[in-house]
Amino acid sequence: MYDWITAHKIPLGLWLKNFVDLLTEHGQAFFDFVSLVLGNLITGLTAALLFVPPLLLIGFFAVAAWFVHRSVGLVVFIVGALLLVTNLGYWQATIETLSLVLCATLVCVVIGVPIGIAAAHRPWLYTAIRPILDLMQTIPTFVYLIPTLVLFGLGAVPGLISTVIFSIPAPIRLTHLGISSVPPNLYEAGKAFGATKRQLLFKVELPYALPTIMAGITQCIMLSLSMVVIAALVGADGLGKPVVRALNSVNIAMGFEAGLAIVVLAIVLDRVCKRPERPSKKS
Amino acid sequence: MSAVEFRNIDIVFGSQQKRALALIDEGRTRDQILAETGAVLGAAGVSLKIERGEICVLMGLSGSGKSTILRAINRLNEVARGEVIVEHRGKAIDVAHCDEETLRDIRMHTVSMVFQQFGLLPWRTVRDNVGFGLELRGTPLAERNRIVDEKLAMVGLTNWAGKYTHELSGGMQQRVGLARAFATDADILLMDEPFSALDPLIRDKLQDELLDLQKRIQKTIVFVSHDLDEALKLGNTIAIMEGGRIVQAGTAEDILLRPANAYVAEFVKHMNPLNVLRGTAVMRPAASLTREGDSVVLDKHGRVRVKVDGENRPIALELDGRSGIMAAADGDAGVIDDQRAQEADCIVAPVDLRLKAAIELKRHTDLPILLVDNLGRLAGLCDDDEIYRGLLRRLDG
Repeated sequence: MYDWITAHKIPLGLWLKNFVDLLTEHGQAFFDFVSLVLGNLITGLTAALLFVPPLLLIGFFAVAAWFVHRSVGLVVFIVGALLLVTNLGYWQATIETLSLVLCATLVCVVIGVPIGIAAAHRPWLYTAIRPILDLMQTIPTFVYLIPTLVLFGLGAVPGLISTVIFSIPAPIRLTHLGISSVPPNLYEAGKAFGATKRQLLFKVELPYALPTIMAGITQCIMLSLSMVVIAALVGADGLGKPVVRALNSVNIAMGFEAGLAIVVLAIVLDRVCKRPERPSKKS
Repeated sequence: MSAVEFRNIDIVFGSQQKRALALIDEGRTRDQILAETGAVLGAAGVSLKIERGEICVLMGLSGSGKSTILRAINRLNEVARGEVIVEHRGKAIDVAHCDEETLRDIRMHTVSMVFQQFGLLPWRTVRDNVGFGLELRGTPLAERNRIVDEKLAMVGLTNWAGKYTHELSGGMQQRVGLARAFATDADILLMDEPFSALDPLIRDKLQDELLDLQKRIQKTIVFVSHDLDEALKLGNTIAIMEGGRIVQAGTAEDILLRPANAYVAEFVKHMNPLNVLRGTAVMRPAASLTREGDSVVLDKHGRVRVKVDGENRPIALELDGRSGIMAAADGDAGVIDDQRAQEADCIVAPVDLRLKAAIELKRHTDLPILLVDNLGRLAGLCDDDEIYRGLLRRLDG
């Protein structure tokens, strides 16, 4: 019995490989186009950020953080953290990672928020995409790293795509949560005063869901950041590279420093993205 | 044309609408329909006319269908069968079946709404909440601000324009809700238990303010309430609902004096009739008084008579042959000038005198009260006997 079962292997892997082959064969132009657009986006952003002298950019970040949060402590922390990263010699890698994370988040938001809204309005759609979202978050990253490599070639783009696959469920889920938790009476208030579907979305649903959507975006940034090492494996530049290199050469010092830079960047991004305290809502 | 008219509407929640309607036609109850089809009966066979400028209160316990039919007026609830006619831009429109464009126009210009839980948008200031309907309508900012200022002044919240709604007390929040509903200048206001979430003192105050405003703005108000006192205080007409059906619709007096069935009777049993009953309801009508020539006999022994002219207006009083003095009373408050009361032998008051005022007058003067209609014609007599009868709420026959 056992022999029979093992003898007749279901060619699942082969099917999937054939599918990917089919995609490469017929969709190459499309994937090349996506690759080109995303590649240029990342390199453009990186180049722009690196064009500015590091100290000036740090100063700019500090001023921006001040205007959003009005907190001296936060500004001091940001300046200190970024200076530490510069001091360790990882300024360029940090900027590369930052632009990868920002691009991934941008793609996630552009795709994820509309999907979340659509899913909130159509319960069947959410039922349909939920298992896919679960799959995207649980399947080991390396598994889909291989087909993305085949489809998009080596470099930052497959890293970005893998990052997006891993982190896009967060904004989708939280947008869905935010929109579907709009209290019925607010919804009715909108309708009773003659709001169109569009007005309901922009004047009632999105403002109500905004804090939740922002939490989704923050989560998305954090998840993207956790992918930098994986992205480095397929050739994306950034803080992941020294970590991978340190791993290969058993270089404890380099691994620790690069790891620390990632953590520092994560904390800075988390603190900056946290929404300033809003007056609490009373229903 | 009535401002709002329900024509035989049925409202069913659930997917099995057709089967539920068939069961309604068979006269099944809500529970039977629920058990058989899984559909919830919201309202069945409701017909009601609401005239322009009146406050109509839909009354009933929770689940009786009062909010359900209110929401059919601006189609927050879909009607399964029947018509909901609303007067919109001078035309009678069936809201239940009009197209989206018309519906939106009605919601923006003709019908506005006040919610029980206020339904204010917490991320907007008071000003922006009041201007919400105008904003949806696309009113330019300058005009919007002018209207909003005016409505804020109307509800006494001018100094709170820049605050967020959570910074306001419940009563103030509902004032914002009222101002928002007034802002679109709709002719028909739907109020879905607007004061139920407020504490009794504030509720009473807002009711007074609403009545006060209504005197000036003369809107058609459809008001949902589960509180009979509130209904009797505010409503020109009252419709009592039970199990999705209207069991009785009429004036407060109608309902108090002539309950249509045991359910209504039970409902009004503990009501204080003093504020509701009027002279018309308790008086002995002039037609049933003994007439001798041009005078009407007021007492059993024929000693007190009132002379009337050709138009049936009382002109003179006769007591045992000598002439008596008639004094007019202010019907609203039940007050009469002390000096005149001393000299008078009989009081003349308007026929819509409240029972409470009548008792007040009797306590003060112990004189019989003649009720006259708005043309001054003798309408009836209100003496001890009639008052006691009114209090016991027993009618002749």
